[in-house]
Amino acid sequence: MSTDITEEPTGQAGDRPPGRRSFSVVGKRSRKYDWHAKLTGQAKYADDLSLPRMIYGRLLRSPHPHARLLRIDTRKAGALPGVFAILTGQDLPTKYGILPSSQDENALAIERVRYMGEPVAAVAAIDEWTAEEACRAIEVLYEPLPPVMSIDEALADETPKIHDWTRDRNIQKEVLLEFGDLEAGFAEADYIFEDEYFFEGNTHVPMENHAVVADWAANGHVTVWSSTQTPHYLHRELAKVLELPPSRIRVIVPPVGGGFGGKSEAFSHEIVAPVLSRLSGHPVKICLSREEVFYCHRGRHPVKMWIRTGVKGDGTITAMDFSSTLDGGAYGSYGIATTYYTGALNTLPYEVPRYRFRGRRVFTNKPPCGPKRGHGTVQPRFAIEAHLDRVAENLGLDPAAMRGHILVKPNTWTINHLRVTSCGLGDAIEAVIERSDWTRKHGRMRHGQGIGLACSVYLSGAGLPIYWNPMPHSGAQIKIDRGGGVTVYCGTSDIGQDSDSMLACVVAEELGVDLDAIHLVTGDTSLAPVDLGSYSSRVTFMAGNAARQAAAQLRARLMDVAAETLEVPTDRLAAAGGIIFDRQDTARQLPFDEAARLAEARFGTLGAVGSYTPPRLAGPYKGSGVGPSPAYSFTCAAAEVEVDTETGELRVRKIWVAHDLGRALNPTVCEGQIEGGVYMGWAEATIEEQVFRKGLHKQPSLLEYKIPAAQDTPDIDTVMIESDDPEGPFGAKEVGQGPLAPVIPAVTNAVYDAIGIRLTSTPITPDKILHVLEARRKRASAAV
Amino acid sequence: MKALHDLRVNGETVQVAFEPYKTLLEVLREDLNLTGTKHGCELGECGACTVLIDGEPVMSCLYLGVEAEGRDIETVEGLADRGEPSLLQHAFAETGGAQCGYCTPGFLMSATALLRRNPEPSRDEIKQALSGNLCRCTGYIKIFDAVELAARRGEGREH
Amino acid sequence: MALLAEHGTDAMLMAGGTDLLPNIKHRVATPEHVVSIRDLPELQGFEVSEHGATLGAGTRLSRLEHDPQIRRVYPALAESASLISVPQVRAVGTLGGNICLDTRCNYYNQSYEWRQAIGFCMKRDSPICRVAPGGDRCWAVASADTVPVLIALRADVEVVSGHQERVLPLEAIYQDDGLEPTTLTFGEIVQGIKIPPPHGYVTVYQKFRLRQSFDFPLVGIAVSIRSDISGIVAEARIVMTAVASYPERAEPAERLLVGAPLTEESILAAGNAVFRQAKPMDNTAGTIFHRKRMARILVERALRRIAQLPETMQRVS
Repeated sequence: MSTDITEEPTGQAGDRPPGRRSFSVVGKRSRKYDWHAKLTGQAKYADDLSLPRMIYGRLLRSPHPHARLLRIDTRKAGALPGVFAILTGQDLPTKYGILPSSQDENALAIERVRYMGEPVAAVAAIDEWTAEEACRAIEVLYEPLPPVMSIDEALADETPKIHDWTRDRNIQKEVLLEFGDLEAGFAEADYIFEDEYFFEGNTHVPMENHAVVADWAANGHVTVWSSTQTPHYLHRELAKVLELPPSRIRVIVPPVGGGFGGKSEAFSHEIVAPVLSRLSGHPVKICLSREEVFYCHRGRHPVKMWIRTGVKGDGTITAMDFSSTLDGGAYGSYGIATTYYTGALNTLPYEVPRYRFRGRRVFTNKPPCGPKRGHGTVQPRFAIEAHLDRVAENLGLDPAAMRGHILVKPNTWTINHLRVTSCGLGDAIEAVIERSDWTRKHGRMRHGQGIGLACSVYLSGAGLPIYWNPMPHSGAQIKIDRGGGVTVYCGTSDIGQDSDSMLACVVAEELGVDLDAIHLVTGDTSLAPVDLGSYSSRVTFMAGNAARQAAAQLRARLMDVAAETLEVPTDRLAAAGGIIFDRQDTARQLPFDEAARLAEARFGTLGAVGSYTPPRLAGPYKGSGVGPSPAYSFTCAAAEVEVDTETGELRVRKIWVAHDLGRALNPTVCEGQIEGGVYMGWAEATIEEQVFRKGLHKQPSLLEYKIPAAQDTPDIDTVMIESDDPEGPFGAKEVGQGPLAPVIPAVTNAVYDAIGIRLTSTPITPDKILHVLEARRKRASAAV
Repeated sequence: MKALHDLRVNGETVQVAFEPYKTLLEVLREDLNLTGTKHGCELGECGACTVLIDGEPVMSCLYLGVEAEGRDIETVEGLADRGEPSLLQHAFAETGGAQCGYCTPGFLMSATALLRRNPEPSRDEIKQALSGNLCRCTGYIKIFDAVELAARRGEGREH
Repeated sequence: MALLAEHGTDAMLMAGGTDLLPNIKHRVATPEHVVSIRDLPELQGFEVSEHGATLGAGTRLSRLEHDPQIRRVYPALAESASLISVPQVRAVGTLGGNICLDTRCNYYNQSYEWRQAIGFCMKRDSPICRVAPGGDRCWAVASADTVPVLIALRADVEVVSGHQERVLPLEAIYQDDGLEPTTLTFGEIVQGIKIPPPHGYVTVYQKFRLRQSFDFPLVGIAVSIRSDISGIVAEARIVMTAVASYPERAEPAERLLVGAPLTEESILAAGNAVFRQAKPMDNTAGTIFHRKRMARILVERALRRIAQLPETMQRVS
């Protein structure tokens, strides 16, 4: 054992004694919990599962972006040998949707299809080939309607309505939030700047296509294995649409091959699979093709943005007016929340004393948009940070220094009632300035080369649940067995972000055992307490605190028996590496497993539960539910670029990023999250776009929707800033989403530094760069 | 129509019946239950299904099962030696080269072939060798680190 | 060959399978039978020296990429092979497969359902070309990387059919038709390539794509130049890929170069000629605007490399 451990006794989760800097598990570079399974091919993802008598399902999808569904005739398909069951929209009439306020989807379309790729029928057959043939044999009569394919078309006077209920054209939702006297703020300003931006849509592209296996058992209980980020919400939606008591439904999450937001609500295939299983009497598997995953989408909204900012000569913001219009695609999905998110976090990470936000979301005949890593905050962050770069230039200020000057302070509230606790952004900016050699480079590189910088902020979990209720957002249960094994039960879904390792780390640290002693039961709605899901970067903070709270209770029992056995007061005891010991006389030790047996003899079976409910933070206004979080992460990034002014090609040489994650529970995992986020942001900045042509997705394949490969990806320099959050588990905050956002404006600002032209839309393609360079050349020659 | 074939997978010959139009990917996953080999597109556009055929990385989704008869097929399940993971697998675990793990088997196969051919690759050579495998989680950095770490420890020198 | 004769047009030949299998999965190719020629001994010839090369159609792209003789004698060919797709595809993809690569189009290389949704296209299942619906032809794009280099190298192709064999310039098997990109008739097989000695020629290949792997060319330019002792260009070949339905010779640009030394001025003139000639359509990734400009830039860069002028002339911008 290590005898150099000096630690203070810990209290309840969130009640971390000050000064604790030494850990036995936290902060160590450990292997991920399931490393062995994932590296030897043993991990069973949803499509790797096979049940006896299993058959295969497939969805028939609409070939039209917008059409009336007049008739579906499934008789021919049903007569094919090997076809077991067929479903159409009328079989599943109950509407559902992830937000209580937009229950607007049917598992299979009824009367109307609203995007090309929308499911209209489902088949179960003996094999995938037969299911595909059966889908082709289904006869559907459509009456095509004119499609609405852009924000402008959705807002045109004569636009066809996609949903009959919208009052004003295709506007799903309009929101207005105003804080402080905006006019006074602008009057107080020395300068006012105004800009417009457009953020193109893009999508998640997890390497694993969505897959589900469903088994409707003879006792009427149904088990669904699905690659989902949100087993709890899937459980709810299934209960609703299948009209079953939730107690008869069990959702199990196998290892998930990436999500990034794309698997965080119920999808058609997940709902029809159990019904096909009931009708056929066989377990049913549905694995989507890559093309179908593009139709599931729920990715980054295309957003048009307008921003007006009043500033003092030193960059201090006096007022900000921001508006956004989101292209939502055909259904609600998370879109109302996304709309609010394009406004909610704009009062961070800089002090904004007066703020107005106007947002609206429109329907179009495209696959629904939803949450992608950084949900709704990425687009406005691009706009604000590109805008501030222009502000700094016009004020004659260094953009990095100006940002440092106008930063929000720790332990303050924003004008829109967001509570800021820990904030390490100042340190992050300094780290990036120093490591990127910013001062020597910015504005000083030769034409075609440049460096740009930006900052961002993100939630450590949404402060409010999706459906409002007073229950915890995360629960955990722990039992300790007589051999010293510790089993943690928690409903979290590990999508590769390593929430499993996080749980193991937090519990091992709290109990003073090695990671090897931890066993996990996660992603199972029957075996584990609820965790709301892997979205809004909430799991470390919320499930981590719940698990720690449960572990702390068990620790107290173990310490009681250890104190008695070792004849040492409990406040002198510490635990690490499976040993409980006296900090003053480390030779006095009690092995953890022995303590567990003594504790079980004393207290009975060793089990405890913990839960986490965020503090009530929402402000007193409508729409205040989006934005509050128990803690915010902060990021600064700089990008160095090289623009080939002949070809327009943009090469990002290196990206420096510093992220305030509170504490790095496992630095290797945390760096991996940061690097992955930076990669994804850079890809959104330079190459990725989900675009449509003639009503169809133009490129629903991995060859044409271009996600960058090994040789394309820039070098990334990562710094983790530990601001030690007072409420996070061992001081930790989020790390999975925040680092994406600043990369996009950092690249944009670097392109300006390189060529002197500000690009105002994403992605920055060679085509766009050549267009602006040519336009400038023409202007210059016209001026001669 | 199904026919019987002898396939040599991970050094063991297995007899298996499958249709001639099936890809090696389908045969491995569906007929041999070797689900460690993944699929991300089935069109040769992602590299998740990479296996080694006669030591060379190949997309198993673009290779017919019947054509693999008589050749040495290696999959991720064969990398560990009697349960002991290879140096490369350990290196991936240590550097964090696997996040969701879905692309990992394909990367392991491409990198294994690289290190056998070139036990001391430069980072550029690593990038080139892995340029046919897409990863969406890591930004690739920790994958490159893993291959370099495995090379330093001698992965590939046994062959 | 007998198999092919037995099954007639229901059969298709497959070497590496990396072009055909995705097309079968997309149902743009629907053969009843696939005849594997992966290991056909007649296609495995491989002789390379300063005196020329004879390469069997079964030569794998990875061999073209790595073979020391090819790299020394025909470096542009090795480079063009190394720029194809990804290592896993080059390990099984063949020279013959690249020569016979089906033309590509983003209305065509799509799933059956996608193509059905748009009403199919002229290249498969419809009389209408979706790129230019008013026209009477298919605009699918020739997308091979080795072909422009081989044509620039003045390669001949050996075509066999039954017991007949004919040798003709590689260029001659291509035609400006996205539907039927080669003039090969049913039953004819590309057996191999003969490349004349490289002596006196300098050949360069330049490829533009959005990613450094996986992607087909959005523009590719091969340039081969032979100059006399005084530096006067005696022979010039410029071949473009991915801007038309066939590997297109840039003859106006070639003519501009012959008879004068390679200078910055002549290079810019050749670039302009290529810019005027290249007429990409909107059926690949990228844009027409950009690809047209890239054609000019790539030919200029290739010529500068050959003339050993500075690699990039940064335009004043």
